[in-house]
Amino acid sequence: MADETRIPTEQGLRPEDEDPVLADLPEAEAARHGADPTRVATPSASPPGTPDDERARVSATRDGWEDVPVGEEQVMTINMGPHHPATHGVLRLVVTLEGERVLDLKPVVGYVHTGIEKNCEDKSYWKVIPFVERMDYLSYFFQMQAFCGCVERLLEIEIPERAKYLRVIFLELNRIHSHLVWLGTSAMDLGAISVFWYCFRERDRVLDLFELATGQRMHTRYFQVGGVFEDIPVGFAEKLRAFCEEMPGRVDQYQDLLDRNEIFLHRTKGIGVVPRDRLLELGVTGPLLRAAGEPWDLRKVEDELGYTGFDWQVPIGSVGDGYDRFRVRLEEMRESVKIASQALEGLPEGPWIADERKVVLPPRDELSTSMEALIHHFKLVTEGFRVPSGELYCPVESPRGELGCFVVADGSAKPARVHFRDPSFVNLQALREMCVGGLIADLIQNLAMLDPILGGIDR
Amino acid sequence: MPDAPGLELIAQEINGAREGTVVETSHERGAATLIVDSERILDALRWLRDTPGQEYGFLASLHAADYLPAQPRFALHYELLNMPRVERLHVKALLEDPASPSTAPSSTAKRVAPGGAPSHDPGVSGDGADALATLNLPEIDSCVELFPTAEFQEREAYDFFGIRFRGHPDLRRILMPEDYVGWPQRRDFPLGGEPVLFTQNEVELPRWYE
Repeated sequence: MADETRIPTEQGLRPEDEDPVLADLPEAEAARHGADPTRVATPSASPPGTPDDERARVSATRDGWEDVPVGEEQVMTINMGPHHPATHGVLRLVVTLEGERVLDLKPVVGYVHTGIEKNCEDKSYWKVIPFVERMDYLSYFFQMQAFCGCVERLLEIEIPERAKYLRVIFLELNRIHSHLVWLGTSAMDLGAISVFWYCFRERDRVLDLFELATGQRMHTRYFQVGGVFEDIPVGFAEKLRAFCEEMPGRVDQYQDLLDRNEIFLHRTKGIGVVPRDRLLELGVTGPLLRAAGEPWDLRKVEDELGYTGFDWQVPIGSVGDGYDRFRVRLEEMRESVKIASQALEGLPEGPWIADERKVVLPPRDELSTSMEALIHHFKLVTEGFRVPSGELYCPVESPRGELGCFVVADGSAKPARVHFRDPSFVNLQALREMCVGGLIADLIQNLAMLDPILGGIDR
Repeated sequence: MPDAPGLELIAQEINGAREGTVVETSHERGAATLIVDSERILDALRWLRDTPGQEYGFLASLHAADYLPAQPRFALHYELLNMPRVERLHVKALLEDPASPSTAPSSTAKRVAPGGAPSHDPGVSGDGADALATLNLPEIDSCVELFPTAEFQEREAYDFFGIRFRGHPDLRRILMPEDYVGWPQRRDFPLGGEPVLFTQNEVELPRWYE
């Protein structure tokens, strides 16, 4: 089954040999950037068999740095963060430096821990939804899908076709939104501030779509156990269609802005490479893993929402450096637009939420005519619905990797345990291996391309 | 996910390699679960990872849960994944609470470190080690050697449930402050237990800020 998802590398993203900008990089560098501190060799790019002393090895692999004698510079341990503009939140990195070279790195997290998992144990199931979507504040639809999907499997209810399509539309819009924020802030970290404004222009259009359909721009609480809260309003389809037509051109623009930018290429090409097997050992998933050439996407293999019915592909990289991560996410935006527009065109008629009166609120208009509906409404709002005891782990493919939700139900109306396996939390463990041996400027690049969301890490 | 007979075969083979490792199996709601003796969790995980034909090489998630008032009280959940076959296997290790009165005598005998090695006392040394030992925490072997991804997640389980992982390279609190006392996600830990300083209650609270 997994083999179907494999995409030949020739469709990959790096026409390395034909690219004129890349071809003349070495000369350009020799002429203009003889001792450019932003140019650095990563440990994996260093020739094998170099001296076993770590510092000597790092020093010898760097062009223009050989004139610095080994051991002249002092080792220094500094704090980066928790309030650093490039750490994308309150992430603290304890970095051991020798000059500008990173010798060691330890991430310290927990500064925005809010005890969401503990709080969820005191809320009925339908009140948990707005809690969990505030963990990773850029992929709120994914948290809702993970939690609602998990509870639906525990309750063994099937959601209607229209709800699946609507969920796909909003999940993919959310993925575009998340990648746009990532692209804007990452490019800003690397010095390209104008990309930020362009990305946020499109991001606002996505948020306008969310607002039109759900009433909220962020943290929409649109998914319900059993389906979605409401049908899409009149005019939504036209706006989404216009967005889907325009967005691929916008992605081309971002690519034009960055893909031929020499500074951007210098800072991303060949930086932060971790071998694919090591990434798998570290539990890394999502675009980071796909950039290293592993075509692993839960939307293709554990398909709960009917993604396999659409025509789309899993973009993968070939090297696994910062540049591949950038290209993979750009391509994912294009693929998400394709999925969203196909889901819109194929949107079936019918109910948007399951007809399960013990779980789903009755339609508003029935409350004034039906005693039965009034009782159900009262019971659902006051006590909530009960979930038969059991425990289940359900993963979804979030913009950052495998987002898993683990729910323990004890038969009451409140979950006994809600745990989220957040992809940023697990992926952060790979940061050390990406950075050690490189320059501190590359640490910023690696962190930007890692795309951690501290709200998700700390929960 | 292996089907129900496949799950039974896995359980039989693990028990054939070492008797009594798998205690129970369950197969419901589209999830296959192996309940494993917590003292032999590493044997089971290593077998599942390395045996040809099984090769559950990816640990998707590790998390703990507290089933108070049930006995045994704690459980660790290992979500294993075989990527080429897209099969998930849920491994669960039940842990007694050594601090509870009914299990206290038997668990003190178990607390001797295996192989005569000095027992691993994370984050503290000297007198602090004794202080932590008196806390009487449940213990299990760390699987960081097998799955490096478990490092942060085991620290999280230690932080919130007070489960000690023998052999973990750096077992410290991860999300709560390092000087925090208590295991916040245990079911008997109160919600909202942190006193908040307002002007109307500053007399009752210690005036530490002066």
